[in-house]
Amino acid sequence: MNREPRFDSARRLDRDDLARLVAADIPPGCYLNLGIGQPTRVADFLEPERGVILHTENGMLGVGPQAHGADIDPDLINAGKIPVTETPGAAYFHHADSFAMMRGGHLDVCVLGAFQVSFGGDLANWHTGAADAIPAVGGAMDLAIGAKDVFVLMTLFSKDGSPKLVPKCTYPLTGVACVSRVYTDYGVFVLTDHGVVARETYEIGRDDLAERLGIRFVES
Amino acid sequence: MATVVGDADEAVAGIEDGSTVLIGGFGTAGQPIELIDALIRSGVSDLTVVNNNAGNGRVGLAALLANGQVRKIICSFPRQADSYVFDELYRAGKVELELVPQGTLAERMRAAGAGIGAFFSPTGVGTPLAEGKEGRTIDGRDYLLEYPIKGDVALIKALRADTLGNLVYRKTARNFGPVMATAAKITVVQVSEIVQPGGIDPEVVITPGIFVDRIVKIAGVSPLAETGAAG
Repeated sequence: MNREPRFDSARRLDRDDLARLVAADIPPGCYLNLGIGQPTRVADFLEPERGVILHTENGMLGVGPQAHGADIDPDLINAGKIPVTETPGAAYFHHADSFAMMRGGHLDVCVLGAFQVSFGGDLANWHTGAADAIPAVGGAMDLAIGAKDVFVLMTLFSKDGSPKLVPKCTYPLTGVACVSRVYTDYGVFVLTDHGVVARETYEIGRDDLAERLGIRFVES
Repeated sequence: MATVVGDADEAVAGIEDGSTVLIGGFGTAGQPIELIDALIRSGVSDLTVVNNNAGNGRVGLAALLANGQVRKIICSFPRQADSYVFDELYRAGKVELELVPQGTLAERMRAAGAGIGAFFSPTGVGTPLAEGKEGRTIDGRDYLLEYPIKGDVALIKALRADTLGNLVYRKTARNFGPVMATAAKITVVQVSEIVQPGGIDPEVVITPGIFVDRIVKIAGVSPLAETGAAG
Protein backbone atom coordinates (compact mmCIF):
# COMPACT_ATOMS: atom_id res chain seq x y z
CA MET A 1 0.00 0.00 0.00
CA ASN A 2 3.07 2.28 0.08
CA ARG A 3 2.11 4.20 -3.00
CA GLU A 4 4.18 6.70 -4.84
CA PRO A 5 3.28 10.17 -3.62
CA ARG A 6 0.96 12.06 -5.92
CA PHE A 7 2.71 15.34 -5.23
CA ASP A 8 6.35 16.38 -5.03
CA SER A 9 7.49 14.39 -2.00
CA ALA A 10 10.24 16.91 -1.25
CA ARG A 11 7.83 19.47 0.14
CA ARG A 12 4.93 19.26 2.55
CA LEU A 13 1.40 19.62 1.26
CA ASP A 14 -0.54 22.86 1.42
CA ARG A 15 -4.24 23.04 2.18
CA ASP A 16 -5.37 22.74 -1.43
CA ASP A 17 -3.04 19.79 -2.07
CA LEU A 18 -4.51 18.03 0.93
CA ALA A 19 -8.09 18.68 -0.10
CA ARG A 20 -7.25 17.43 -3.61
CA LEU A 21 -5.59 14.32 -2.19
CA VAL A 22 -8.59 13.44 -0.02
CA ALA A 23 -10.98 14.11 -2.89
CA ALA A 24 -9.03 11.69 -5.10
CA ASP A 25 -9.61 8.93 -2.53
CA ILE A 26 -13.38 9.42 -2.25
CA PRO A 27 -15.04 6.46 -4.02
CA PRO A 28 -17.27 7.41 -6.96
CA GLY A 29 -20.98 7.33 -6.24
CA CYS A 30 -20.62 7.38 -2.48
CA TYR A 31 -22.50 9.35 0.16
CA LEU A 32 -20.09 11.76 1.80
CA ASN A 33 -20.24 14.15 4.75
CA LEU A 34 -17.64 16.90 5.07
CA GLY A 35 -16.95 18.46 8.47
CA ILE A 36 -16.90 22.18 9.14
CA GLY A 37 -13.77 24.11 8.13
CA GLN A 38 -10.94 22.55 6.12
CA PRO A 39 -12.80 19.35 5.20
CA THR A 40 -15.37 21.47 3.34
CA ARG A 41 -12.63 22.32 0.80
CA VAL A 42 -12.63 18.71 -0.37
CA ALA A 43 -15.85 19.47 -2.24
CA ASP A 44 -13.97 21.90 -4.47
CA PHE A 45 -12.00 18.99 -5.94
CA LEU A 46 -14.80 16.47 -6.48
CA GLU A 47 -15.60 16.37 -10.19
CA PRO A 48 -19.39 16.16 -10.71
CA GLU A 49 -19.03 13.16 -13.02
CA ARG A 50 -17.86 11.06 -10.06
CA GLY A 51 -21.38 11.23 -8.72
CA VAL A 52 -20.45 11.73 -5.06
CA ILE A 53 -23.51 12.86 -3.09
CA LEU A 54 -22.86 15.29 -0.26
CA HIS A 55 -24.78 14.98 2.99
CA THR A 56 -25.17 17.78 5.48
CA GLU A 57 -26.27 17.04 9.04
CA ASN A 58 -28.93 19.75 8.99
CA GLY A 59 -31.07 17.69 6.67
CA MET A 60 -29.98 17.50 3.05
CA LEU A 61 -28.45 15.16 0.51
CA GLY A 62 -27.19 16.59 -2.76
CA VAL A 63 -25.56 19.72 -1.39
CA GLY A 64 -24.17 21.92 -4.17
CA PRO A 65 -21.48 24.60 -4.16
CA GLN A 66 -21.57 27.62 -1.87
CA ALA A 67 -24.18 30.22 -2.84
CA HIS A 68 -23.19 33.77 -3.68
CA GLY A 69 -25.05 37.03 -4.25
CA ALA A 70 -28.65 36.65 -5.34
CA ASP A 71 -28.46 32.85 -4.91
CA ILE A 72 -28.10 33.14 -1.13
CA ASP A 73 -31.16 31.68 0.59
CA PRO A 74 -31.22 31.75 4.42
CA ASP A 75 -33.25 28.53 4.40
CA LEU A 76 -30.54 26.67 2.47
CA ILE A 77 -27.37 26.30 4.52
CA ASN A 78 -24.82 23.64 5.38
CA ALA A 79 -23.62 22.41 8.77
CA GLY A 80 -21.22 25.35 8.98
CA LYS A 81 -24.23 27.63 8.40
CA ILE A 82 -22.76 28.70 5.07
CA PRO A 83 -25.35 29.38 2.32
CA VAL A 84 -25.21 26.59 -0.26
CA THR A 85 -27.09 25.49 -3.40
CA GLU A 86 -28.98 22.32 -4.27
CA THR A 87 -28.05 19.88 -7.02
CA PRO A 88 -30.56 18.00 -9.22
CA GLY A 89 -31.81 15.05 -7.21
CA ALA A 90 -31.27 16.73 -3.86
CA ALA A 91 -33.45 15.69 -0.91
CA TYR A 92 -34.42 17.39 2.35
CA PHE A 93 -35.28 15.56 5.56
CA HIS A 94 -35.58 16.21 9.28
CA HIS A 95 -32.86 15.86 11.89
CA ALA A 96 -33.80 12.42 13.22
CA ASP A 97 -33.57 11.00 9.68
CA SER A 98 -30.35 12.87 9.01
CA PHE A 99 -28.66 11.31 12.01
CA ALA A 100 -30.18 7.90 11.30
CA MET A 101 -28.17 8.10 8.06
CA MET A 102 -25.02 8.42 10.18
CA ARG A 103 -25.74 6.23 13.19
CA GLY A 104 -27.44 3.62 11.05
CA GLY A 105 -24.33 3.12 8.93
CA HIS A 106 -25.76 4.45 5.67
CA LEU A 107 -23.16 7.16 5.11
CA ASP A 108 -20.07 5.88 3.30
CA VAL A 109 -17.40 8.39 4.26
CA CYS A 110 -17.01 11.45 6.43
CA VAL A 111 -14.03 13.79 6.51
CA LEU A 112 -13.38 15.54 9.80
CA GLY A 113 -10.79 17.85 11.29
CA ALA A 114 -9.05 16.83 14.53
CA PHE A 115 -7.03 18.06 17.48
CA GLN A 116 -5.58 14.56 17.90
CA VAL A 117 -5.93 11.06 16.49
CA SER A 118 -4.47 8.04 18.28
CA PHE A 119 -2.58 5.24 16.51
CA GLY A 120 -5.60 3.06 17.32
CA GLY A 121 -8.03 5.45 15.63
CA ASP A 122 -9.44 7.30 18.64
CA LEU A 123 -10.57 10.79 17.62
CA ALA A 124 -10.41 14.01 19.65
CA ASN A 125 -11.90 16.95 17.80
CA TRP A 126 -14.57 18.65 19.90
CA HIS A 127 -13.03 20.01 23.06
CA THR A 128 -9.55 21.08 24.14
CA GLY A 129 -10.41 20.29 27.73
CA ALA A 130 -9.45 23.82 28.78
CA ALA A 131 -11.33 24.78 31.92
CA ASP A 132 -12.72 28.03 30.50
CA ALA A 133 -13.68 26.59 27.10
CA ILE A 134 -17.37 26.39 26.27
CA PRO A 135 -17.89 22.84 25.03
CA ALA A 136 -19.71 22.32 21.74
CA VAL A 137 -20.05 18.89 20.16
CA GLY A 138 -22.58 19.32 17.36
CA GLY A 139 -22.75 16.24 15.15
CA ALA A 140 -19.11 15.19 15.59
CA MET A 141 -19.73 12.21 17.89
CA ASP A 142 -22.55 10.86 15.71
CA LEU A 143 -20.42 11.16 12.57
CA ALA A 144 -17.38 9.62 14.21
CA ILE A 145 -19.13 6.41 15.15
CA GLY A 146 -21.63 6.36 12.30
CA ALA A 147 -19.89 6.76 8.96
CA LYS A 148 -18.46 3.54 7.49
CA ASP A 149 -15.13 5.29 6.92
CA VAL A 150 -13.87 8.26 8.91
CA PHE A 151 -11.07 10.22 7.27
CA VAL A 152 -9.29 12.90 9.25
CA LEU A 153 -7.74 15.91 7.55
CA MET A 154 -5.34 17.84 9.78
CA THR A 155 -1.84 19.21 10.13
CA LEU A 156 0.47 16.54 11.52
CA PHE A 157 2.00 18.83 14.12
CA SER A 158 0.42 21.48 16.32
CA LYS A 159 1.74 25.03 16.42
CA ASP A 160 4.12 24.13 19.27
CA GLY A 161 5.54 21.27 17.17
CA SER A 162 3.96 18.40 19.09
CA PRO A 163 2.50 15.55 17.00
CA LYS A 164 -1.27 15.29 16.60
CA LEU A 165 -1.06 11.61 15.61
CA VAL A 166 -0.33 10.19 19.05
CA PRO A 167 -0.11 6.90 20.99
CA LYS A 168 -3.02 8.04 23.20
CA CYS A 169 -5.18 11.17 22.94
CA THR A 170 -4.79 13.64 25.77
CA TYR A 171 -7.79 15.73 24.69
CA PRO A 172 -11.33 14.53 25.46
CA LEU A 173 -12.44 11.89 22.97
CA THR A 174 -15.08 12.27 20.28
CA GLY A 175 -15.14 8.57 19.40
CA VAL A 176 -13.19 5.37 20.08
CA ALA A 177 -11.29 3.45 17.36
CA CYS A 178 -13.29 5.15 14.62
CA VAL A 179 -10.72 6.82 12.31
CA SER A 180 -9.56 4.80 9.31
CA ARG A 181 -7.22 7.26 7.55
CA VAL A 182 -5.37 10.44 8.46
CA TYR A 183 -4.41 12.94 5.76
CA THR A 184 -1.77 15.43 6.83
CA ASP A 185 0.67 17.91 5.36
CA TYR A 186 3.54 15.43 5.97
CA GLY A 187 1.89 12.21 4.90
CA VAL A 188 -1.10 9.92 4.60
CA PHE A 189 -1.58 7.30 7.30
CA VAL A 190 -3.83 4.27 7.10
CA LEU A 191 -4.90 2.96 10.50
CA THR A 192 -5.27 -0.82 10.45
CA ASP A 193 -5.94 -3.49 13.06
CA HIS A 194 -2.25 -4.37 13.14
CA GLY A 195 -0.82 -0.83 13.18
CA VAL A 196 -0.30 2.39 11.28
CA VAL A 197 0.74 2.28 7.62
CA ALA A 198 2.55 5.36 6.25
CA ARG A 199 1.07 5.26 2.75
CA GLU A 200 3.06 8.23 1.50
CA THR A 201 5.14 10.93 3.11
CA TYR A 202 6.08 14.49 2.19
CA GLU A 203 9.14 16.58 3.05
CA ILE A 204 10.24 14.19 5.82
CA GLY A 205 11.24 10.62 5.05
CA ARG A 206 9.33 7.65 6.52
CA ASP A 207 12.02 6.77 9.08
CA ASP A 208 12.48 10.34 10.31
CA LEU A 209 8.73 10.76 10.55
CA ALA A 210 8.45 7.54 12.58
CA GLU A 211 11.02 8.90 14.97
CA ARG A 212 9.24 12.24 15.39
CA LEU A 213 5.95 10.48 16.02
CA GLY A 214 7.42 7.79 18.27
CA ILE A 215 5.90 5.07 16.17
CA ARG A 216 6.96 1.99 14.26
CA PHE A 217 5.01 1.93 11.01
CA VAL A 218 3.78 -1.40 9.74
CA GLU A 219 3.68 -2.58 6.14
CA SER A 220 0.22 -2.93 4.71
CA MET B 1 -57.37 19.50 16.84
CA ALA B 2 -55.27 22.37 15.56
CA THR B 3 -56.57 25.91 15.78
CA VAL B 4 -55.59 28.94 13.81
CA VAL B 5 -54.88 31.84 16.17
CA GLY B 6 -54.75 35.54 15.40
CA ASP B 7 -51.25 36.54 16.35
CA ALA B 8 -47.98 35.35 17.87
CA ASP B 9 -48.94 36.56 21.38
CA GLU B 10 -52.07 34.44 21.33
CA ALA B 11 -50.02 31.54 19.96
CA VAL B 12 -47.74 31.46 23.02
CA ALA B 13 -50.42 32.33 25.60
CA GLY B 14 -50.60 30.15 28.70
CA ILE B 15 -46.99 28.94 28.71
CA GLU B 16 -46.08 28.60 32.37
CA ASP B 17 -42.94 29.53 34.27
CA GLY B 18 -40.57 26.57 34.48
CA SER B 19 -41.75 25.02 31.21
CA THR B 20 -39.53 23.04 28.86
CA VAL B 21 -39.74 24.74 25.47
CA LEU B 22 -38.50 23.00 22.32
CA ILE B 23 -37.47 25.68 19.82
CA GLY B 24 -36.88 24.72 16.19
CA GLY B 25 -34.07 25.93 13.99
CA PHE B 26 -30.46 25.27 13.07
CA GLY B 27 -28.72 28.58 13.56
CA THR B 28 -31.34 30.96 12.22
CA ALA B 29 -32.72 28.63 9.51
CA GLY B 30 -36.13 27.53 10.77
CA GLN B 31 -35.88 29.52 13.98
CA PRO B 32 -39.37 30.82 14.85
CA ILE B 33 -38.18 34.34 15.60
CA GLU B 34 -41.65 35.91 15.89
CA LEU B 35 -42.88 33.24 18.33
CA ILE B 36 -39.75 33.74 20.43
CA ASP B 37 -40.35 37.50 20.39
CA ALA B 38 -43.86 36.82 21.70
CA LEU B 39 -42.42 34.57 24.39
CA ILE B 40 -40.17 37.44 25.43
CA ARG B 41 -43.17 39.80 25.62
CA SER B 42 -45.09 37.25 27.73
CA GLY B 43 -42.43 37.55 30.44
CA VAL B 44 -42.51 33.80 31.19
CA SER B 45 -39.41 32.76 33.12
CA ASP B 46 -37.32 29.89 34.47
CA LEU B 47 -37.53 28.11 31.12
CA THR B 48 -35.59 25.08 29.96
CA VAL B 49 -34.95 25.61 26.26
CA VAL B 50 -34.07 22.85 23.83
CA ASN B 51 -32.48 23.99 20.56
CA ASN B 52 -29.51 22.90 18.49
CA ASN B 53 -27.66 26.11 19.30
CA ALA B 54 -27.71 28.75 22.01
CA GLY B 55 -28.68 31.82 20.04
CA ASN B 56 -27.12 33.95 17.33
CA GLY B 57 -26.49 37.68 17.51
CA ARG B 58 -29.09 39.48 19.60
CA VAL B 59 -32.32 38.25 18.02
CA GLY B 60 -34.65 35.34 18.68
CA LEU B 61 -33.25 32.80 21.12
CA ALA B 62 -30.32 35.08 21.97
CA ALA B 63 -32.77 37.83 22.95
CA LEU B 64 -34.74 35.38 25.13
CA LEU B 65 -31.49 34.45 26.87
CA ALA B 66 -30.43 38.08 27.22
CA ASN B 67 -33.76 38.82 28.85
CA GLY B 68 -33.00 36.36 31.66
CA GLN B 69 -35.94 34.06 30.97
CA VAL B 70 -33.92 30.88 30.48
CA ARG B 71 -32.64 28.79 33.40
CA LYS B 72 -31.21 25.94 31.36
CA ILE B 73 -30.40 25.21 27.75
CA ILE B 74 -30.15 21.72 26.26
CA CYS B 75 -28.25 21.88 22.97
CA SER B 76 -25.45 20.39 20.87
CA PHE B 77 -23.52 23.41 19.67
CA PRO B 78 -23.67 26.51 21.88
CA ARG B 79 -20.35 28.02 20.85
CA GLN B 80 -20.50 29.95 17.59
CA ALA B 81 -18.94 33.08 16.20
CA ASP B 82 -21.98 35.13 17.21
CA SER B 83 -23.13 33.33 20.37
CA TYR B 84 -21.77 36.09 22.64
CA VAL B 85 -25.03 36.47 24.60
CA PHE B 86 -24.93 32.83 25.70
CA ASP B 87 -21.15 32.86 26.25
CA GLU B 88 -21.41 35.76 28.69
CA LEU B 89 -24.33 34.27 30.64
CA TYR B 90 -22.66 30.85 30.79
CA ARG B 91 -19.35 32.22 32.01
CA ALA B 92 -21.21 34.24 34.65
CA GLY B 93 -22.98 31.08 35.82
CA LYS B 94 -26.38 32.51 34.91
CA VAL B 95 -27.49 29.73 32.58
CA GLU B 96 -27.11 25.98 32.93
CA LEU B 97 -25.95 23.91 29.93
CA GLU B 98 -26.71 20.29 29.10
CA LEU B 99 -24.58 19.38 26.10
CA VAL B 100 -26.03 16.59 23.93
CA PRO B 101 -24.64 15.21 20.66
CA GLN B 102 -26.81 16.50 17.84
CA GLY B 103 -28.15 13.14 16.70
CA THR B 104 -28.87 12.10 20.28
CA LEU B 105 -30.71 15.39 20.80
CA ALA B 106 -32.93 14.68 17.80
CA GLU B 107 -33.47 11.04 18.72
CA ARG B 108 -34.32 11.83 22.37
CA MET B 109 -37.12 14.07 21.12
CA ARG B 110 -38.16 11.52 18.52
CA ALA B 111 -38.37 8.93 21.33
CA ALA B 112 -40.51 11.28 23.40
CA GLY B 113 -42.88 11.80 20.51
CA ALA B 114 -43.04 8.09 19.71
CA GLY B 115 -43.69 6.92 23.27
CA ILE B 116 -40.32 5.22 23.66
CA GLY B 117 -39.20 4.95 27.29
CA ALA B 118 -35.46 5.11 26.53
CA PHE B 119 -33.07 3.79 23.90
CA PHE B 120 -29.48 2.62 23.48
CA SER B 121 -27.20 4.68 21.23
CA PRO B 122 -23.56 4.09 20.24
CA THR B 123 -22.92 7.84 20.04
CA GLY B 124 -20.63 9.15 22.77
CA VAL B 125 -19.33 5.79 24.03
CA GLY B 126 -15.89 6.26 25.60
CA THR B 127 -16.21 10.06 25.67
CA PRO B 128 -16.77 12.49 28.56
CA LEU B 129 -20.44 12.74 27.54
CA ALA B 130 -20.88 9.09 28.56
CA GLU B 131 -20.23 9.90 32.20
CA GLY B 132 -23.06 8.85 34.47
CA LYS B 133 -24.88 6.99 31.70
CA GLU B 134 -25.84 3.35 31.86
CA GLY B 135 -24.02 1.22 29.26
CA ARG B 136 -24.95 -2.00 27.51
CA THR B 137 -23.11 -4.26 25.07
CA ILE B 138 -25.42 -5.58 22.38
CA ASP B 139 -24.10 -7.96 19.70
CA GLY B 140 -20.56 -6.96 20.65
CA ARG B 141 -21.07 -3.21 20.32
CA ASP B 142 -21.22 -0.75 23.23
CA TYR B 143 -24.18 1.57 23.70
CA LEU B 144 -25.38 4.24 26.13
CA LEU B 145 -28.86 4.48 27.56
CA GLU B 146 -30.54 7.73 26.53
CA TYR B 147 -33.81 9.10 27.85
CA PRO B 148 -36.48 11.03 25.96
CA ILE B 149 -36.72 14.82 26.05
CA LYS B 150 -40.35 15.84 26.37
CA GLY B 151 -41.46 19.40 25.80
CA ASP B 152 -44.29 21.24 27.47
CA VAL B 153 -44.38 23.38 24.36
CA ALA B 154 -42.72 23.28 20.93
CA LEU B 155 -42.27 26.47 18.94
CA ILE B 156 -41.48 25.72 15.32
CA LYS B 157 -41.56 27.33 11.90
CA ALA B 158 -42.89 25.83 8.68
CA LEU B 159 -43.54 27.23 5.24
CA ARG B 160 -47.24 26.43 4.90
CA ALA B 161 -50.05 24.93 6.94
CA ASP B 162 -53.60 24.01 6.17
CA THR B 163 -56.20 24.82 8.80
CA LEU B 164 -55.96 21.23 10.10
CA GLY B 165 -52.29 21.71 10.93
CA ASN B 166 -50.76 19.67 8.12
CA LEU B 167 -47.35 21.21 7.45
CA VAL B 168 -44.77 21.53 4.74
CA TYR B 169 -41.38 23.07 5.40
CA ARG B 170 -38.79 24.80 3.27
CA LYS B 171 -35.34 23.42 2.43
CA THR B 172 -32.93 23.06 5.36
CA ALA B 173 -35.23 25.15 7.56
CA ARG B 174 -37.08 21.87 8.18
CA ASN B 175 -34.33 20.53 10.49
CA PHE B 176 -35.75 19.87 13.99
CA GLY B 177 -39.33 21.02 13.26
CA PRO B 178 -40.96 17.67 12.43
CA VAL B 179 -39.30 15.94 15.40
CA MET B 180 -40.13 18.67 17.91
CA ALA B 181 -43.74 18.81 16.68
CA THR B 182 -44.22 15.25 17.93
CA ALA B 183 -42.45 15.70 21.27
CA ALA B 184 -44.41 18.45 23.05
CA LYS B 185 -47.77 18.65 24.80
CA ILE B 186 -48.58 21.79 22.81
CA THR B 187 -47.04 22.41 19.40
CA VAL B 188 -47.17 25.94 18.08
CA VAL B 189 -46.18 26.61 14.49
CA GLN B 190 -45.62 29.87 12.67
CA VAL B 191 -46.06 29.77 8.91
CA SER B 192 -45.90 32.13 5.97
CA GLU B 193 -49.17 30.88 4.51
CA ILE B 194 -52.32 29.12 5.72
CA VAL B 195 -54.48 27.29 3.18
CA GLN B 196 -57.78 25.43 3.36
CA PRO B 197 -57.87 21.63 3.73
CA GLY B 198 -57.00 20.20 0.33
CA GLY B 199 -54.64 23.05 -0.36
CA ILE B 200 -51.65 20.81 0.39
CA ASP B 201 -51.16 17.60 -1.57
CA PRO B 202 -51.50 14.83 1.05
CA GLU B 203 -48.47 13.10 -0.51
CA VAL B 204 -46.18 15.98 0.41
CA VAL B 205 -47.35 16.61 3.98
CA ILE B 206 -44.30 16.36 6.24
CA THR B 207 -45.91 16.90 9.65
CA PRO B 208 -49.48 15.58 9.86
CA GLY B 209 -51.89 17.87 11.68
CA ILE B 210 -52.34 15.46 14.60
CA PHE B 211 -49.02 16.78 15.95
CA VAL B 212 -50.00 20.45 15.70
CA ASP B 213 -52.08 22.50 18.17
CA ARG B 214 -51.76 26.16 17.25
CA ILE B 215 -51.05 27.77 13.89
CA VAL B 216 -50.25 31.41 13.36
CA LYS B 217 -49.54 33.21 10.13
CA ILE B 218 -46.77 35.73 10.45
CA ALA B 219 -47.89 38.49 8.14
CA GLY B 220 -45.65 40.37 5.82
CA VAL B 221 -42.97 37.75 5.67
CA SER B 222 -42.73 36.09 2.31
CA PRO B 223 -41.01 32.73 2.36
CA LEU B 224 -38.27 33.93 0.05
CA ALA B 225 -37.56 37.25 1.67
CA GLU B 226 -37.08 36.40 5.30
CA THR B 227 -34.36 38.05 7.26
CA GLY B 228 -31.82 36.16 9.31
CA ALA B 229 -28.68 35.39 7.42
CA ALA B 230 -26.47 32.46 8.27
CA GLY B 231 -24.81 32.56 11.64
